[in-house]
Amino acid sequence: MKTMNLRFLVMLLLLAFVAGCSTTDTQDDAGLTDEEAAAQAEERAARSRAFGAGSGDGISDEDLSQEERAARDARRAAEEGEDLRQERVIYFDFDSAEIKRESRAVLEAHAAYLNSNGNASVTLQGHTDERGTKEYNLALGERRAEAVKQFLVVNDVRRGQIETVSYGEERPVNESSSEEAYSENRRVEIDYN
Amino acid sequence: MYNQIMDTVRPQPGTLSRPWAGFAVAALLLLLTALPARAELVIQVTEGADRGIPIAVVPFAVSSGEEVPEEIATIIRNNLTMSGDFQLLEPGRMLSLPTFGDTLHYRDWRLLGQQFVMLGSLERQDDGRYVLEYELYDVSQQRRLIRSRATASRQQLRQMAHHVSNRVYETVTGIDGIFTTRLAFVTRTREGGDLLYRLRISDIDGVNPVTLLESDEPILSPDWSPDGKELVYVSFEGGRPGIYRQTIASGERERLTEFRGLNSAPVWSPDGKSLLMTLSKDGSADIYRMVLGSRNVEQLTRHWAINTEASWAPDGRSFVYTSDRSGSPQIYQMDRRSGDSKRLTFEGNYNASAQFSPDGKSLYFVHGRDRQFFIGMLDLESGNQRILHRTPTDEAPGIAPNGRLLIYVTRQGNSRSLELTTTDGRSQFRLPIEHEGIRDPAWSPLP
Repeated sequence: MKTMNLRFLVMLLLLAFVAGCSTTDTQDDAGLTDEEAAAQAEERAARSRAFGAGSGDGISDEDLSQEERAARDARRAAEEGEDLRQERVIYFDFDSAEIKRESRAVLEAHAAYLNSNGNASVTLQGHTDERGTKEYNLALGERRAEAVKQFLVVNDVRRGQIETVSYGEERPVNESSSEEAYSENRRVEIDYN
Repeated sequence: MYNQIMDTVRPQPGTLSRPWAGFAVAALLLLLTALPARAELVIQVTEGADRGIPIAVVPFAVSSGEEVPEEIATIIRNNLTMSGDFQLLEPGRMLSLPTFGDTLHYRDWRLLGQQFVMLGSLERQDDGRYVLEYELYDVSQQRRLIRSRATASRQQLRQMAHHVSNRVYETVTGIDGIFTTRLAFVTRTREGGDLLYRLRISDIDGVNPVTLLESDEPILSPDWSPDGKELVYVSFEGGRPGIYRQTIASGERERLTEFRGLNSAPVWSPDGKSLLMTLSKDGSADIYRMVLGSRNVEQLTRHWAINTEASWAPDGRSFVYTSDRSGSPQIYQMDRRSGDSKRLTFEGNYNASAQFSPDGKSLYFVHGRDRQFFIGMLDLESGNQRILHRTPTDEAPGIAPNGRLLIYVTRQGNSRSLELTTTDGRSQFRLPIEHEGIRDPAWSPLP
């Protein structure tokens, strides 16, 4: 009898342990407190709205009038824009001045701000990594700054609000010679004057 | 028979010849005397040590009790080594140490496989000046080629050693010696958390640096005027790039350009009357020519792609430049009369910053493959392109005015050193002098 009881106890303990484990697992899956989850949902929503903001083909909402929608979009865009405009650096691939997909939302936010604040102006600083010749890199940095300028102009920013300057490879943010450093250095910095 | 030649050391070009140069020279001399006498570091041969004409430079006799501020024989040995045309006999292997011709036994040197022997003795005169008597002998002909005397002040001893090196080099090879030429370069150092840029010049072995400009904004692309008296360069002082022209001796300078966009890659024309440069004031980066007299600029390339890094052919009839119009940077050549451009490089996905050899027959440039960069060479007659040598470097090298050597910066981690390669790619040397953060070396013309 003693042994049976012991077996029973062990089984109970095992069950409890497994149950305990699974409970912990579900908690880990969520891995968040309520506040964190809400914040993440908000962030996701913000991100998805941000991507939609400039493309103009967001999900239509039939219950709101066009004016209401526009007002809401503008309000949201302004809020998101402020966050996005904290991001002042745009990154590029090696020997490329092509604006990456993930940079568009940030640039659109800067464009929207410059567009509605006619007195604001920016200097776009083009930079490259250290590889390749200095003078070619100066031209490449300039091309990157010009690509960003073009993006802003297409998004209705006046040319007079934008200056460009290329430093080529002369002003690295990370001075080591590694792929990681290179990708940090290939950039355009947006400086509000 | 006895033919004694009096050598006098010439002042550095452009320094003493003008009245306003006095201050700059005084400052320079002050700097030199402040330097402590030091043991001369020996140049390191990184490849090709066994090539070249065998020559022995016997340690020079010094009048007894005399403190000699510079090891003249070692400087000469270093020079001949870095020319790539000589193989120097180590003093430790010499069978005898003659100091003048009467005590020279040709047999000793034949046994050691030497073709030339140089002897010398250095003496300090009562007036404080130093006199070097030196001789050069051809071992197989059993003949004296030079017997000469050079005089110099204490401050000029290094210059004297370079001058004597030129004479030995030129006597044996018949080629212009480059040992009195100079190097312009930029250093970038971090001081107190900030980057500091300096434009400097030094002797060609990196010794005796003098700072011409200091700035917390980038300085780059120095280029010597054909007479060796001025430099053009790019400076970002004030936050925007401009092309500047500076007289070396006086330090006087003027800003030549400050256009919207790029102001970069200035190079002097062979006649010294105009510059090629890269501007983007009319849109994309293009090559322009500025006439120095009138300051008028004329656009030479017209293309949406990047066009930069122009460099004249020695005959002034064409120039080469870098363009990425094909999708990657490649070298193009524009004929000045027709205005037509043709592509010259087809191997590798990165060929940039080309310069002509002084004879105009080949190009040296930066060649990249698999994101590694080397010095490339193109034979213009055959169209053959090759990697000159395999030490990674991604800066345009400086070309010796006699066409025999290239100087470039190599990096190991965060340290940089100056290296030389012969233009046939067979020998490489590392200069023992270090300049922290060195970049952009440019070789002066012959004085």
